[in-house]
Parts: sequence; structure tokens; C-alpha cells
Amino acid sequence: MTFEVLKPGLLTTLQDAGRPGFAHLGVGRSGAFDMPALRIANALCGNPSDACALEITLLGPTLRFHAEAWIAVTGAPLSVRIDDTDVPAWAPLRVRAGAVVALGAIAHGCRSYLAVRGGFDVEPVLGSRSTDLNAGIGPFGGRPLRAGDTLPIRATEDARPARPANWRADPRPWFDADPARPLRLLPGSHLDQLTDTSHKQLFSKSFKMQTDSNRVGLRLSGPVLEWSTPIEMVSEGCVPGLLQLPPSGQPIALGPECPVSGGYPRIGQIAAVDIPRLAQLRPGDALRFTRCTFDDAFAALQEREHALRQLETHIAARLAP
Amino acid sequence: MTTDFVAEPLAEDALLLRFGESIDAAVNARVQLAARKLRAANLPGVVDIAPAYASLLLRFDPFARGDARGRGEPPHARLPGEIKTILRQPQSPDARAPTRMIEIPVCYGGDCGPDLADVAAHAGIAPDEVIACHAAAEYTVAMLGFAPGFPYLLGLDAALHVPRRANPRTRVPAGSVAIGGAQTGIYPGELPGGWHLIGRTPLVLFDPSRDPPALLAPGDRVRFRAIDAVAFARLVEHA
Repeated sequence: MTFEVLKPGLLTTLQDAGRPGFAHLGVGRSGAFDMPALRIANALCGNPSDACALEITLLGPTLRFHAEAWIAVTGAPLSVRIDDTDVPAWAPLRVRAGAVVALGAIAHGCRSYLAVRGGFDVEPVLGSRSTDLNAGIGPFGGRPLRAGDTLPIRATEDARPARPANWRADPRPWFDADPARPLRLLPGSHLDQLTDTSHKQLFSKSFKMQTDSNRVGLRLSGPVLEWSTPIEMVSEGCVPGLLQLPPSGQPIALGPECPVSGGYPRIGQIAAVDIPRLAQLRPGDALRFTRCTFDDAFAALQEREHALRQLETHIAARLAP
Repeated sequence: MTTDFVAEPLAEDALLLRFGESIDAAVNARVQLAARKLRAANLPGVVDIAPAYASLLLRFDPFARGDARGRGEPPHARLPGEIKTILRQPQSPDARAPTRMIEIPVCYGGDCGPDLADVAAHAGIAPDEVIACHAAAEYTVAMLGFAPGFPYLLGLDAALHVPRRANPRTRVPAGSVAIGGAQTGIYPGELPGGWHLIGRTPLVLFDPSRDPPALLAPGDRVRFRAIDAVAFARLVEHA
């Protein structure tokens, strides 16, 4: 069971839940930027929640399936066509052998996910099938998909949805590209060392995502933020969502391919519950920040995890023969 | 004391333990000891324990204990106390200092080390003296970072501290042994870099198909041994 990449799209990579356990050797996690979208795509295919799927950026790929398959598309909205017929995202879809699946351009948001029943049968690298473009680690030597690539699909006994897809999951709680809703920001190590003006601007002004952003980091432009005293620090551990302030005074929000350590001062940490919204920002999008405490951020994350597990259970029940 | 640290929640799934604020062998030794003790303790849900120069990053599954509705204290509130308890305990045999000493053959100067002359000029000594000095010291791997398998080494002789290059290179060859400020390190792959290249090793620093994938780990001790271009070529062939 395989499919062939006819057109790769703008930047399409294999991603799973990431590569934990190697930070001490300088290896970052990588993994899907919008994890709930990946998990729901997997749920709609009856896969384990951390199975490997395609992460699609801004423009989707065109794929020819060499065998019958069961797929699902989630994340940012985009057109999904199977042999020139429009089909819904956020639903289990049956693909006939020989069919061409064409994903269109993402209208708003930035990243969509295509999962396939059984998952992709590629060798894990350091325990994960995630692509780390920056470090060059993962399937296909850590590069994005190219036209002509053949992706093996792990065979399963039931390669087609047990029931026709006359229903779909509701994307609304899981895809939110509303720029009016600020991202929740936890206080960073050096937040209190911003000048009073910069501190106010961080939580009142709008920032814009720059075009030279990627899975390593999102460069933001806005008011130039300044320190009240110069900060000297030695390199220390970094995680996705960390908001760093380089000497330019323009913040960088780290993404899933961020290095494991870095020496820029830290002004904040985007709450985990809002990382999927960070993942869905596209160049030119505006964003704002609002203060959040660790207790509130954790409570919100718990609530989301609970809702996600409920949805996964609900989808599994609907897929059951 | 390994209990002398400040725990700062970094994210809902990450905690930073700070043991100091500077690049200092004694501080880093405390970081390494804490890392070994915490590894040996096998805290449930902790998936990454990554030393930096003066701090230790812990990443954990925030829902490792119990369901997502999770009762009790969230991990960012609970873990610092648990860690303090572990670090206060005497060293278990599992946490004893590793005695790994890894020898790294290096072809210094020439095409392998195009900046050797610059470093010598800056230090006011002969290139041969730079080599002798660099190869005489014993180093400790303070941390790995920048790229997979890139070791930041402590122990560079003060005579060899040279500010970084004004113009970083866009491509540094894999295996390049370099000096940047008070630090020395080895580029595991072809990478951009602003450090001075004084030599190259034929050893492969990082290979994801190997177990472990990195040649060096935090806390390892390292020595450099000078080899000539012929030996370098022979070792590259056999690498």
C-alpha cells in the first residue's frame, strides 16, 4: 500500500507527536505544530493518537493512491478533492485505488493535517517519524516531501471506514484563527526587566508575524521592546512557545523545531493551550498577548485535554462497526 | 550543594533548575550531578533531563499521573519539591560520576584548520604552541546544543580565548574543531558557524542510526590528540 506525491505543496512533512528523550544530546522534539489537529485526524482514521501524518503548510499536496485507503484531513480549512469531487474535511474519507487526492490552498490559518488509516510505514528515527527540517533528522533524511516520493502506508485489516462518512467532527473548537483573541502569555524569566513602557506595549499592542518565520521560530514585528537594564545570560534550555527577545527588540516565538538551548533573554511563554493557535498564524497575521498565570494555563490545558479525549472516544464509537 | 538551585517553571511541561548564572566548571559539575541523580530517580512522566552550562531543563508529560481531569497539584507546582528531596539525598551508586574519557584525534591547521594562524596571532604564540596547548588540556562536556551532537567543552586554556570571527561562515565542514571566545567545540555536521576553525576530527560526532546517536554526552571528559593529514585521511576512510 503506497501513495505517490504528484505535487508536494508548499511545505509538506511527515510529523507525529515528536521525538522526546534526546534533548541532552542536542536533539529537539519537532513533531506536529498543531497537536490537537493531528490527534483528531488520527482519531478519524482509527489510528493511535500519536501516529504519523502529513503536516501541510499553506498549500496542499496532490497525491495518487495506489491502493484503497481511508484518510482524514483536519487543521486549517482547505479544499479536499478526490478525483475532482469535493469532499469534507474533519471526516473519515474513503479513497479508491488509483484515485487522486488534491488538497487546495489554505484560505486562513497555516497548517492542515492528512492522516491515513494505519499510518505511514516509514522507519522511525530516534523513536519518532517526525521530520526535523532544521536538524535534517527524520523520514526522507529530514527533508520535506517532493514530487515523485512514494509513501508506504501500514497495512491494516480494515483499510476502509466501516460506515460511510455522512458525519464530520465539528472543527470550531479546534481551529481558531481569530486574531481578536490574544494568546495567553506566561511570565518569562526576564519579563520584569523590560522598561515600563515596553511591558505595557507587550500586553496592549498588536504584533505581526513576519515572512521569515518557520517551524523553528516565528519572528514578530511590532513596538521595539527595550530592557531597563542590559541582560547578560548564558545559554539555557528552550521549549516551543518560548518568547525570546533578541537585541533587535522584536520578539521571536519558538516553534516545534526550536533548538534545545538558547541565549536570548526570555519575556514569556505562550500557554500550551494556545500553541495550536500559534501554529495557525500565517505571515502577515496580527497577534496580541494577554497575561496568564501557570495555574490558569494548566487548568485550561487540562480542560482542553479532557475535551480532546472525549472527542477521540466519541469518534472511536462512531467508527466502530 | 546540588540542592542550591532555583526552580523556575518554564512551561506547563517544562521546568528549569538554575544552579548559577555563569560559565563555570564548578557550577556545571553541580548541574551534571543533579542530572545524574534525577535520571537515576526515574521520576514518573519526566522525559527529558538536559544540562546546560548553569541550568538543567526538565520536560515532562503534564498528564503522566492520573487522567486529564487530574486531581491534586499540577506538576509545575509539585515537581520542584520532589526534585529538592531527590537532590538532597546522598548519591546513589547509579548517580556516581561517569568516568568516560573520550579521546578525539584532530588534524590541526592546514585545510583542516584554516583559522589556526589567526588564533596563534591573536594569542601571540606560534601555531604549534596553539596545538600543544589545545591538545594538552582535559575538557568536560558542559552541554550539547546548537545542533544535534554539538558539544560545548569547558577547560579551554585562557591563552586560547579568542573572540568569535567578525564574519561567520555559512558552511563549516563536519568534524571541525573550533574556538569561540572561552569555549571550544566540534561541529557534528556541515553547519553555519562563527567560531575559529583550528582542526578537524575524522570521528562522526552524531549519527541518528547509532545508539547512542551522539559520540559525546554531558559530563564526559575529552582529550584531543594531534594527528597528521595522512592519519586523518586514513581514519576518514575507516569512519
